[in-house]
Amino acid sequence: MTTTQAEIAEFEEQADRWFAENKPANPGFILPETFMEVGTDQQFEFLRDWQQKVYENGYVGMSWPKEYGGLGMDQVFQDIATKAMAKHRVPFLPNTIGLNWAGPLILAMGTEEEKQRYIKGILSAEDIWCQGFSEPDHGSDLGSAQCKAVKDGDEYIINGSKIWTSLGSYAKYMILIARTSTGGPNKYAGLSFFLAPMQSEGIEPRPIKKLTGEYGFCQTFFNDARIPASCMMGKEGEGWKVAMATLMFERGAAGGQAGGLAMMDLSIDDIVELARRAKRNGKPAIEDPHVREQLVDLITEARGNSYMSARAKVPALATDWPTAISMSGKLRSSELKRRMCQFAISLQGANGARYVSPEAVDGGMWQRSYLNAFSGTIGGGTSQIQHNIIGERVLGLPKG
Amino acid sequence: MATIEFSEEQTMLMETAVDFCRKHSPLDRVRTQIEQEASVDPGVWQEMVDLGWLGITIPETYGGLGLSLADVVPIAESMGRHLMGSPFLPTTLAAQALLTSGSEGQKEQWLPQIAAGMPASIALTEDDGNWNLAELGSFAKVQGDTVRLTAKKGFVLDGSQAKVIVVSANVDGKPGLVLIQAEQLPQGALVRETVIDETRRSFTLEVDGLELPAEQVFPDADFASIEQAALLLLSAEMSGGLAGVLHVIIDYLTTRKQFDQYIGSYQSLKHPTVEILLSMEACRSHVYRAATCIAQGNIAEIEEAVRMAKAQGSEAFAFAGDRAVQFHGGFGFTYDCDAQLFLRRALWCQYQFGDAAYHRNLLAPLLLDEVALK
Repeated sequence: MTTTQAEIAEFEEQADRWFAENKPANPGFILPETFMEVGTDQQFEFLRDWQQKVYENGYVGMSWPKEYGGLGMDQVFQDIATKAMAKHRVPFLPNTIGLNWAGPLILAMGTEEEKQRYIKGILSAEDIWCQGFSEPDHGSDLGSAQCKAVKDGDEYIINGSKIWTSLGSYAKYMILIARTSTGGPNKYAGLSFFLAPMQSEGIEPRPIKKLTGEYGFCQTFFNDARIPASCMMGKEGEGWKVAMATLMFERGAAGGQAGGLAMMDLSIDDIVELARRAKRNGKPAIEDPHVREQLVDLITEARGNSYMSARAKVPALATDWPTAISMSGKLRSSELKRRMCQFAISLQGANGARYVSPEAVDGGMWQRSYLNAFSGTIGGGTSQIQHNIIGERVLGLPKG
Repeated sequence: MATIEFSEEQTMLMETAVDFCRKHSPLDRVRTQIEQEASVDPGVWQEMVDLGWLGITIPETYGGLGLSLADVVPIAESMGRHLMGSPFLPTTLAAQALLTSGSEGQKEQWLPQIAAGMPASIALTEDDGNWNLAELGSFAKVQGDTVRLTAKKGFVLDGSQAKVIVVSANVDGKPGLVLIQAEQLPQGALVRETVIDETRRSFTLEVDGLELPAEQVFPDADFASIEQAALLLLSAEMSGGLAGVLHVIIDYLTTRKQFDQYIGSYQSLKHPTVEILLSMEACRSHVYRAATCIAQGNIAEIEEAVRMAKAQGSEAFAFAGDRAVQFHGGFGFTYDCDAQLFLRRALWCQYQFGDAAYHRNLLAPLLLDEVALK
């Protein structure tokens, strides 16, 4: 079945109208910008209800199969809906790990039973998902995970801890990587992958206070926690392979995500607009030649990122290193965001030193965004590790 | 949403150009060509002519292929990648000058010859190095059937091979263009310049009251279009050059050992090499976005697209060339190391037609002073 231009145009109008009419009113409390920053029950419930409404009205999971809860439509419709969400600056959909990593993973590699069981709850936000990859002693070095899973009858007993568990307090399931053996030919061979139920005896997510002073993620402790052996995805010892597939979804190198707005993205237009309002030495910052040059440089970089996405769709222009664009998406966007926030603060004169308060420029959102931007440059593998990965896998440079 | 389009014609031209440049311009050939008088071997030039490359942007009525500048981009990029020198760039720009600013008679006279392989050149830069092409010290006065031209220009590429040179000057007080035929130039008017990129053949052109037929003055002077063409093709060269220098770096990082380790395993070299890769990807994306704007006739966006490409590429390529020399250590300090070839090319490209700061300054009003929501 081919999609006609008329159908596309009609849907564009429909989605545009729906998000314009249904954009939630300002809740009266500060909303997080990404799922990693959900710090209060109030924030969580607001966002969960929003995702549920978006799902019930058919604007997320549109390209996922009907039999599991999606709409079975062409991807083009989801892209249009996602774009409408960004355009109307509606809140993001909080079940990020489910929608973008665990969901596509289950659809790509899961059993029929797993698809039946998990996909619909991911879309409706009834089942929130979290991720148990990083450990306190092994941040970016996922292959060295030490959290143990020992088989006991038809259960695994889990011991250890995971860190940076965003939404840990609210999650029903965790994608968990744990060590089922230590004797294999290498450290990767002993890892297994689980779709673990969080409401199990012995699993305790403890909220961690972030550098912003807010809560937003947990350290999850496993103390003789028993989970059904049927939660394992793939076979014992295949965890690394499944985890790598997950990371391909996480880093945007593989498609198949449910779509929908994943974060309140900071756009360069916001910074230009701030530069018009903000004063440096009594004059609009945008009149300062030094500010102007830096703004142009940032716009050039932001445009470059968006043109890269456009060029990646033209195979003839894929270059000698065809995976470079897809493998570097997270690195480029997270580092740009961090620098855009730094620059936004620099536009504020002495007020740059304020923090979240009524006196601060825009209530201090720029300072807060800057501190939170490190979640992008550290989470999912630090920028430094990303450089290693790209150097080794894309350029073929030797490992250190 | 900004798109990037790449046509069948572009794909075919690219495939041909990639093979052609790889075959005719390996780095040892680049080095032997540096020793020669001309920037390219005559046989290789003839092959380019036979492929129809000189006539790509020339309408079919004048014997060309009737395509657009966007179709020249994959060729300029491939040449940049292999540091291939040739009168291709100045000839293409001279054709652009004729196309945008020449009279019907001038087009009929010269475009078919260019399409058939006649080298031409363009003299836009004043000897003071001013990037603003409309600020001219050179001048011409029309009296009856004669124009008297006094000009001092630099960076006239392949001037000694060119059969015609298009020269910018204030013609009766206004920025204009005048065509000079090679045989009209007095002895000694063209002097070879020493420039940093040794693959180029660059000349100073100096004439003092040279009398020419007035019909050699162009009726129009579309400096903006000619500058945009130059920026696009230079940026395409830089995009190719970035890929070329990256290969030189990677080859060394994966074969050279120090302290029992391949030096590419050291993060102090690995990480900046990745930065160079990403800057190359950005450069290439800006270049093909600009090419798309030109192919689509998206006049509103062409200027900002080409200036962005030139600003981004200038810094990226210069950084890559600089690091390429550094990463080769002691060998990098020698003439034998290929890194210097790319660094010199990068510096040439950076300082021709405006560096990054110059173009950012011109981009600022385009991007910041109107509501630019795209």
